[in-house]
Amino acid sequence: MHEPTAPARGATLSPESIGQAVYDAIRHCAVTLRPDYREALEEARTAADDDSPHGARAARVLGQIAENARIGAADQVPICQDTGTVWACLEAGPDMMVPGDAFRLVDDAVARAYRDGALRMSVVRDALLDRANTNTNAPAFCEVRLVPEPGARLHVLLKGGGSDNASRVVMLAPGAGPEGVIDVVLDCVREKAANACPPLVVGVGVGSTFDKVAGLAKHALLRPVGGQPQSAKAAFFEDALLERINALGIGPAALGGTPTALAVHVETAPCHIAALPVAVNLGCCAMRSATIELSGGAL
Amino acid sequence: MSLRIELPCPRAALAALEAGDEVLLSGALYTMRDAGHQRALECLGREGELPFGLAGQALFYAGPTPPAAGRPLGSVGPTTASRMDFATPALMEAGIVACIGKGKRAPEVVRACQSTGSVYLAAVGGIAALLARHVTASELVAWEDLGTEALRRLTVEDLPAYVAIDAAGRDLYRAVEEGAL
Repeated sequence: MHEPTAPARGATLSPESIGQAVYDAIRHCAVTLRPDYREALEEARTAADDDSPHGARAARVLGQIAENARIGAADQVPICQDTGTVWACLEAGPDMMVPGDAFRLVDDAVARAYRDGALRMSVVRDALLDRANTNTNAPAFCEVRLVPEPGARLHVLLKGGGSDNASRVVMLAPGAGPEGVIDVVLDCVREKAANACPPLVVGVGVGSTFDKVAGLAKHALLRPVGGQPQSAKAAFFEDALLERINALGIGPAALGGTPTALAVHVETAPCHIAALPVAVNLGCCAMRSATIELSGGAL
Repeated sequence: MSLRIELPCPRAALAALEAGDEVLLSGALYTMRDAGHQRALECLGREGELPFGLAGQALFYAGPTPPAAGRPLGSVGPTTASRMDFATPALMEAGIVACIGKGKRAPEVVRACQSTGSVYLAAVGGIAALLARHVTASELVAWEDLGTEALRRLTVEDLPAYVAIDAAGRDLYRAVEEGAL
């Protein structure tokens, strides 16, 4: 991964540097279980109670996930056969210039990374009208965010189909309150966790608009497990929700026991007086993402 | 204790399995996913039987990555099985004896396991580098145009899985879910 460098004011991001960052991130992520997830997994293994109902099976699955991460890194093979779609978010601060063709070389980088890395091609040309495989894993799904922090960085997430399919957006009435939000998350986990490869990282977005709330949930997955919540209030909500999710007893691989989730990450936002949008994006036990610092002109 | 199963095998050899048992699979598995199930159903409707000698075989709901690290497949693991629910009862009636995937199945699949004496096995999702170490050969059988969804014949050795639905209709996922509430 690239070392961060301080950009000069007005530095322009180049399509070349963004393409290179995408390529490097894909090659790295496909074979690497995210380090923060791996650490939380080890903590869960230490805390596991083999004598509880389903405990021996849960411990065995957790051990297999850890062993899988080791094999992926040692042999440089994908830790999951679903090497995902490529989701990328370019974050640029006030000191950076983002050209209109910033993503011009991204799809080419995706095609090269998936070919060179012997990864799986999992993208079709059109969801409805033409489900032929593009055979390159392009296009990537990209967005730009303008943020107050200086500098620029690229977040890259390889998202498997199983866990993304197990996600949802619900537009609650404000009267549903925090308990309504909790119910949406618990229903989603209860119904869909078995398809999403637990132990999960549960990304929850609350607020903004119908289209943006799903983005909040997705961004919540980027925060490192054990990382700083948005606020003390959010931290309290996350802890309470994690406890209730793990009380479901779904367990690793949904074969019983604990943990069902290693973390709940909640991102909240303002919204309309009539709205309480909620989104849940489930992150699987092959959590793969990376953040790469960019600098204008230097790459 | 893990039970060893040699595939292909007659349904009688699966009758003693109970939901929750850990099994180690050796022998032949055929990869088939969403698009393959549609084609298999079409063949079945047209010909009245399963194509490519699939009767009596076991299906693995998996789309592997290409060969890597000197292995026939870089990584391979189960996809969500419920997406195949629309076809599974018909395929079991036509002779599929076992299928391997992840996640809960529809009641129709439980009934099909019971009525045909077939089983649904769960492999752990997200450990595909580990599972690929249990694959000793991979051979393209048909539907190459489907890419990773093509029909492949894998030879496996001690591939770990769990009995999720047994031939008596017991359902491990359901048991976990009910114990949880």
